[in-house]
Amino acid sequence: MDSLFQRSLDDIIKGLRHQQAGESAFVSKVLEEVRREIKSTDSHTKSTALQKLTYLHSICFVDMSWAAFHAIECISYPNFTHKKVGYLAISQSFQESTPVILLISNQLRKDLKSNVEVEVSLALECLSRIGNLDLCRDLTPEVFTLMASSRIPVRKKAIGVVLRLFGKYPDAVRVCFKRLVESLESSDSPPIVSAVIGVFCELASKDPKAYLPLAPEFYKILVDSRNNWVLIKVLKIFTKLAPLEPRLAKKIVEPICELMSKTGAKSLMFECIRTILTSLAEHESAVKLAAGRINELLIDEDPNLRYLGLHALAIVAPKHIWAVLENKEFVIKSLSDPDPNIKLESLRLVMEMVSESNVVEICRVLVNYATKSEPEFCNVILGSILSTCSNNVYEIIVDFDWYVSLLGEMSRIQHCQKGEEIENQLIDIGMRVQDVRPELVRVGRDLLMDPALLGNPFLHRILSAAAWLCGEYVEFIRNPVELMESLLQPRTSLLPPSVRAVYLESAFKALVFCLHSYLKSATSSDHSALGLSDPGVSSQSYDEFSGAHGENGEASGTTLIQENHITPDSVLHLLNLIDMAVGPLSGSYDVEIQERARNILGFTELIKPVLSDSLHPQDERHKQQVEASKMVRLLHDTFSDELGPVSMSAQGRVPVPDGLVLHENLADLEAVCGSSLPASSATISFEGSHNVEGATSIFISDQKEESEPSSESTSLLAEHRKRHGLYYLPSEKNTEHHEANNDYPPANELKSGVTVSNDAQDLAKLAEQSFLPKRKSKQVKARPVVVKLDEGDVLPISSKIPQAKDDSLSEAVRDVLLGNEADADTLTQKAAADSVIRKKGKEKLNAKEQEDDLDHMDSQSGTVQNPVKERSKRSSRKQNADEGDHGGDKGKQKRRHRHGKHRTREGVQNPPANVISQTPVPDLLL
Amino acid sequence: MIKAVMVMNTQGKPRLTKFYEFLVRKRQTQFSLFFFLPCLIRAENVSNFMEADSIFGPDSRLVYKHYATLYFVFVFDSSENELAMLDLIQVFVETLDKCFRNVCELDIVFNYSKLHTILDEIIFGGQVLETSSAEVMKVVEEISRQESASNSIGLVTKTVSGWRNR
Repeated sequence: MDSLFQRSLDDIIKGLRHQQAGESAFVSKVLEEVRREIKSTDSHTKSTALQKLTYLHSICFVDMSWAAFHAIECISYPNFTHKKVGYLAISQSFQESTPVILLISNQLRKDLKSNVEVEVSLALECLSRIGNLDLCRDLTPEVFTLMASSRIPVRKKAIGVVLRLFGKYPDAVRVCFKRLVESLESSDSPPIVSAVIGVFCELASKDPKAYLPLAPEFYKILVDSRNNWVLIKVLKIFTKLAPLEPRLAKKIVEPICELMSKTGAKSLMFECIRTILTSLAEHESAVKLAAGRINELLIDEDPNLRYLGLHALAIVAPKHIWAVLENKEFVIKSLSDPDPNIKLESLRLVMEMVSESNVVEICRVLVNYATKSEPEFCNVILGSILSTCSNNVYEIIVDFDWYVSLLGEMSRIQHCQKGEEIENQLIDIGMRVQDVRPELVRVGRDLLMDPALLGNPFLHRILSAAAWLCGEYVEFIRNPVELMESLLQPRTSLLPPSVRAVYLESAFKALVFCLHSYLKSATSSDHSALGLSDPGVSSQSYDEFSGAHGENGEASGTTLIQENHITPDSVLHLLNLIDMAVGPLSGSYDVEIQERARNILGFTELIKPVLSDSLHPQDERHKQQVEASKMVRLLHDTFSDELGPVSMSAQGRVPVPDGLVLHENLADLEAVCGSSLPASSATISFEGSHNVEGATSIFISDQKEESEPSSESTSLLAEHRKRHGLYYLPSEKNTEHHEANNDYPPANELKSGVTVSNDAQDLAKLAEQSFLPKRKSKQVKARPVVVKLDEGDVLPISSKIPQAKDDSLSEAVRDVLLGNEADADTLTQKAAADSVIRKKGKEKLNAKEQEDDLDHMDSQSGTVQNPVKERSKRSSRKQNADEGDHGGDKGKQKRRHRHGKHRTREGVQNPPANVISQTPVPDLLL
Repeated sequence: MIKAVMVMNTQGKPRLTKFYEFLVRKRQTQFSLFFFLPCLIRAENVSNFMEADSIFGPDSRLVYKHYATLYFVFVFDSSENELAMLDLIQVFVETLDKCFRNVCELDIVFNYSKLHTILDEIIFGGQVLETSSAEVMKVVEEISRQESASNSIGLVTKTVSGWRNR
């Protein structure tokens, strides 16, 4: 009765089509029905329910994992229609992790052995979709049998499934590989060759080296086949093989060129072009021919072909830029093509053409173009300019002044969303290239001055960089008062707190700089007035200071200051400005802003009384001024200490002081921090700002008498950093910054901490060493010195971990290709070992199966002995070539051992003449 | 290797989905896939390829072809030739055309399992196994024969709708 009213799939589809809005309600109703119906014992009802569910799964994406067991039931029905429904459901919904997947093993085996061709096909298709290790292992023998089937459709599907077997269960190679190779030679049936080549193409794309010995077979197909699909796949294989063996490349160049000029199929032609450009780029004449064909593609009407033509040019560009230059005009013109693919590809090519000599011109064109194009593409252009120019530490940039102003110009482009990248580059250049700092500051100032820019959230990052630069290199500013005004303008309230904090900090630096230069000019005028008889304390110290400053390369800066005097009026103006603009911020909710605002205000409070006295000539004036200048100098010293880039590995080179235990649980950290944190947060002092800016030296040198952090916490932090380096910000600024944090002394904790200052000093020394030699290297006029760190510019990438599966697969392939007689032993041993390890209960069964296979294989190899023999000869040579590679492997000694055994054995068998030619490509080819 | 085959109409309603690498697990990703693809697919007279790394993982390309109200979308990796994939879509559509005589969207909507049968003959586990539509037709007819044979052996069609349709 149940099934009488069951809705069929067609009903569901019709129902779905009639639902306008309430589709999901309909679906859940149907699902309810399905859940009921699928429990039925009637095969028809069950399979119809399953079919409906599968449909909903693939069209409406409902979950069907709960029906896994019902799908398995369906494939066990004798009725073909029901079986088919079950198989479709399984291949659409099963994953390797589906718990009941192993239950289908027996049914699959049964169907693989079925006499009905379409049933075998269903089972093969299913295996190729969901086969996991266990299924592949269990069913390898059946697939092996089917690979020799007389029915072509079955045979080609069996071959197709081999790829899955090899991928999931590498030991299948030892069983099936020979038959797979033999299938290559079945030139009488093109579908088989096509299937085998497809399999080899996939295999070779993962590990081409293992398939080099098969080159002669592939070559034969390349020359003989007339099927474009097969030829494309063969070319794909040769693309992978040719770079490994130069003689092979020489051999295939000619047929490929011939194919390329003769074929009418564009797909094949394009594949030929790609093969030549990727793998045979050393063959000049072939590349010329290919370039000719590319030109044909470029002028084609079909945008697909034009796109692929440009794509091909992009492949050839790194090696033969002339091919691109020949088509320069076309490439530039394509930038305005309506097709986004073509636009992107031509942009890529334009960037390939960039060199030291034309970078200015090309960037000019591109920036102009970016301003005119739609936002998305505009940002792609800007992004590629940024990445090309910054490539390898600004390798192609000669004129940094130009580049910096270009960055400024780019930030002003309306759609620019590359704020983060521009920010990083501005700061990076500021730290690396000393000579460009005046220009950087000019560009930064221009950006800061423009109140309109503050409204664009994409620019905030850039403004943050500009503010930082202007604060850090404030000595290059022509008019610091003006800078202060723009840093404190009312519209800065539009900035996010993090950027605003940077603004405040920069304003602080600028203020200190202004006061410092004011006091300096004041004392020097005093000095002249008083005559040489009275060498004032302050002026002396200022001389000392300016001498020290000169070393930092600020000679140009001091001259600049002299040009614009800071008058008492402007100082008063500044102090008032600060009161007005920063005052309200001391109550800000953002801690960063609040802290910095209070720092500035605290400082102005301190300095105001002494300064205001000094502004009015009095007797006490001199004394006051000394006091003021002492304070200002202290801060000025803090800020003027230059930040240098620090190598990523600098931390690692700091020697661990004696008596430090680094391998302790981080739980201790909490205890340490618990005591130190409240103390440090209670202090409001200039040290806070110092902390932010990251100049390390002052506390170590000047305030050593002050407390030092417990060495424990520093070392723990250092250890943490070492271990979790990934999570620390990678830029040099932050490295130093972090150091500063480490060294930051919690105020009220009295402890003698010589180790820490040692640490920091060592670090500073190391950092200096790491970039000083390069900085000092001769000052080339043409290009300013760009500081590069010897090793630490990029995070060292941990050496890649070889994939175990691939390894075992290619090793298996290699073993089989060697074709040595020891195969049998190793196979049985391995199979036995495998089964012992993998499945406790199954070992007997497995070993038996494997032995059966062996019998099969032996009989096979008996009939076709010739190729096998030949292959073994070749492979012995290949092994010799491989020797080097194996030397590098670690942890594989067992396998190596086995190889070693083979090697010696074969060495005896073969005449030494063969051993000498250490190439895997057989003579047949050459 | 071919990673996925999708057929959808121009409104983004999926008509057929087949993923050869089981990669789209979350329903949400699937939804967004069909929501975004039609938006990404561009006007006429532009190239039919797309980089699809963001959706289908590294080394993924996508090619689509527009027939009447349907988009045919193939996702593949670098072991396939772009133009060959375009041809393969053509083969698939040709086969559908032969099978349904002037195929239209309705045929595709109502012949869900036949569509899978045809596709399985062309693409097997992500590899292209057959490129001749005549060969595909042969096998598909054989399968239909088997199906009808098995149905006639079984009991009379039992459902109301089946009965009504006769």
